[in-house]
Amino acid sequence: MSLPFLDEFRQGAHLRALMEKLNERAGELARPVRIMEVCGTHTMAISRHGIRQALPESIQLISGPGCPVCVTANADIDRFLEISLIPGVIVTTFGDMLRVPGTRMGLAQARGNGAQVQIVYSTLDALKIARENPDAAVVFFGVGFETTAPTVAATMIEAHENGIDNFLVLSAHKVVPPALEALCNTPGLAVDAFLCPGHVSAIIGPEAYEPVADAFGIPCVIAGFEPADILQSMIMICDQMTSGRAEVELQYTRGVRPGGNPAAMAIMQKVFQPADAEWRGLGTIPASGLAIREEFSAHDAAQRYDVDVSYSREPAGCLCGAILTGIKTPRDCPLFDKGCTPDHPIGPCMVSSEGACSAYHQYEI
Amino acid sequence: MKSEDRILLAHGSGGRLSRELVESVFGKIMSNPILDRMDDAATLKLEGRLAFTIDSHVVSPIFFPGGDIGRLSLTGTVNDLAMMGAIPLYISAGFIIEEGFRLRDLEIIAGSLQAAALEAAVQVVAGDTKVVGRGAADGIFITTCGLGSIPQGIMLSGSGAIPGDQIIVSGTIGDHGAAILSHREGIEFDAELKSDCAPLGALVGAMIEASPNIHVLRDPTRGGVAATLNEIAYASGVDIEINEEKIPYRSEVRGTCELLGLDPLILANEGKLVAFVAGSDSEIVLETMRKHTFGSEATVIGMVQNQASSRPRVYARTLLGSRRIISMPTGEQLPRIC
Repeated sequence: MSLPFLDEFRQGAHLRALMEKLNERAGELARPVRIMEVCGTHTMAISRHGIRQALPESIQLISGPGCPVCVTANADIDRFLEISLIPGVIVTTFGDMLRVPGTRMGLAQARGNGAQVQIVYSTLDALKIARENPDAAVVFFGVGFETTAPTVAATMIEAHENGIDNFLVLSAHKVVPPALEALCNTPGLAVDAFLCPGHVSAIIGPEAYEPVADAFGIPCVIAGFEPADILQSMIMICDQMTSGRAEVELQYTRGVRPGGNPAAMAIMQKVFQPADAEWRGLGTIPASGLAIREEFSAHDAAQRYDVDVSYSREPAGCLCGAILTGIKTPRDCPLFDKGCTPDHPIGPCMVSSEGACSAYHQYEI
Repeated sequence: MKSEDRILLAHGSGGRLSRELVESVFGKIMSNPILDRMDDAATLKLEGRLAFTIDSHVVSPIFFPGGDIGRLSLTGTVNDLAMMGAIPLYISAGFIIEEGFRLRDLEIIAGSLQAAALEAAVQVVAGDTKVVGRGAADGIFITTCGLGSIPQGIMLSGSGAIPGDQIIVSGTIGDHGAAILSHREGIEFDAELKSDCAPLGALVGAMIEASPNIHVLRDPTRGGVAATLNEIAYASGVDIEINEEKIPYRSEVRGTCELLGLDPLILANEGKLVAFVAGSDSEIVLETMRKHTFGSEATVIGMVQNQASSRPRVYARTLLGSRRIISMPTGEQLPRIC
């Protein structure tokens, strides 16, 4: 296997030519535009490649609610931490979650206090741990959007069909379109266009954004993750703004097909059903979460473990909520790089590999 | 002892089996007049300023593409000496072995440690073996100490970088870290990704001979080039700017990083160095390095600037021409990379 495409997408001369084109288009704009990159992977790419610093003054990029770890409410994190402390439980999660602070402690501290925590790269690894430890209950923390939920669902189906009853999932999964709609209804939000997530769109399809583009008159361009993709998508947004259009357009044609991935959606819907969910920063959004269906309830950690997390609260002084809705930027937070650093994080946005504060701190401070 | 044998707790007891193991493996493979005396300590005669260092090696897996824990434990320590401008001379090695370890594997590891010692022109003059019960170690851990002599007039330190210095890397970066990770994760490429694990003493010797104006040498091991540049910026009180377009990577390394979501700048190297050289001498140093096997792909990646803000900073000039920060890697580093 080789990845020759990387070189094509990362040629300096090509990128600088695209930037020049973007500068030209930005010059034709009637007024400055604020573009929200919805996805945390875009936030990271923008910081990592120095795109924000290279932008013309009339274009501002602001980060949105697309970092799954960041939007997970503290109550969900605390619930997972409480479950991790139950004897006989092995909790499994993606690496990002290890350092995310809960109300009383983080997973790393829970591990120090005796919790059995295993970091996995895939839900199949978690299922393997369940097979190898039949006497333990293995709980996977399901955090993520439509990109992650189908693989979790497929693993649950496999566990269900093979009678691996000690594999459980605590689902804090969320879906993107209701959040975008809620965001558009947020008072004080000034977003002129959305840079939409490439990976999520590969599953849900470009059509999923049409209600937002139509109802709120906001251009939506689905972008890939290379710097060239992001620049080209911003050029497309400028063109829409200049010509007075507000449409869903697909830049990431090599990754996203019209209609998305119906097979993945079907698997997701077989296991999960829409449920109200609490988002950090956005509050409770109707039908924006994914609850485990009755048929799979034997694998639902929320049903098996009734833990008390009434003590949950958001960290004092942390602006993660406002940052996730684009109302504030990481630099606006009084804790940024003062009380809150990657080594001593207070809010999740400083920890997650897709978090805005983490991206700013790592690449832009 | 036969190759199919396994290491027993008794091999570390100090008794008959211990002696048998030391004689039949280490004594045989690493034989030299100092080691062969088998006294309680090696006696050495050295003059002038010395460099003295220690490094423990716990890499997993112990055999990896491009090397094994034996070669790594020798080159790691030799390179630390070389980065001080020292001529590496003597090594001691401590082996902690898990009960049940295959003797054949130990022979291979000792053999590649010795082969690397010959390559680096050093002698293993002292050693120790301990065996621990099953589960108390993972296969084998090796700690090596190294002693080297510093030629007259050589004064290298991480605090020696000066504004105007050119920054040279000796070749492609991230090879070791990417080789270990892709091996662990089962990622395969058309061309096998190999660790760069190599002794750099001879390369450094040639560089020092070519120029008296080398200010800093570092081998960017754990934390990679990102950590090394940050350490030097802090120690020297300077800013550093490197040019992203100039950083040499193997395409397989970049592919691995894309798949695993890693930055090649934080990946460990085990056969590369970063040199800070006075601008006037950068050409001659570069030319010298390129004549050497382990420096053939050497290239200038950036330069040292005056510290512009309240703290020393490392910047990258991006492909877009903008500037971003290269920060000190944080959090849990990739475990057991060396």
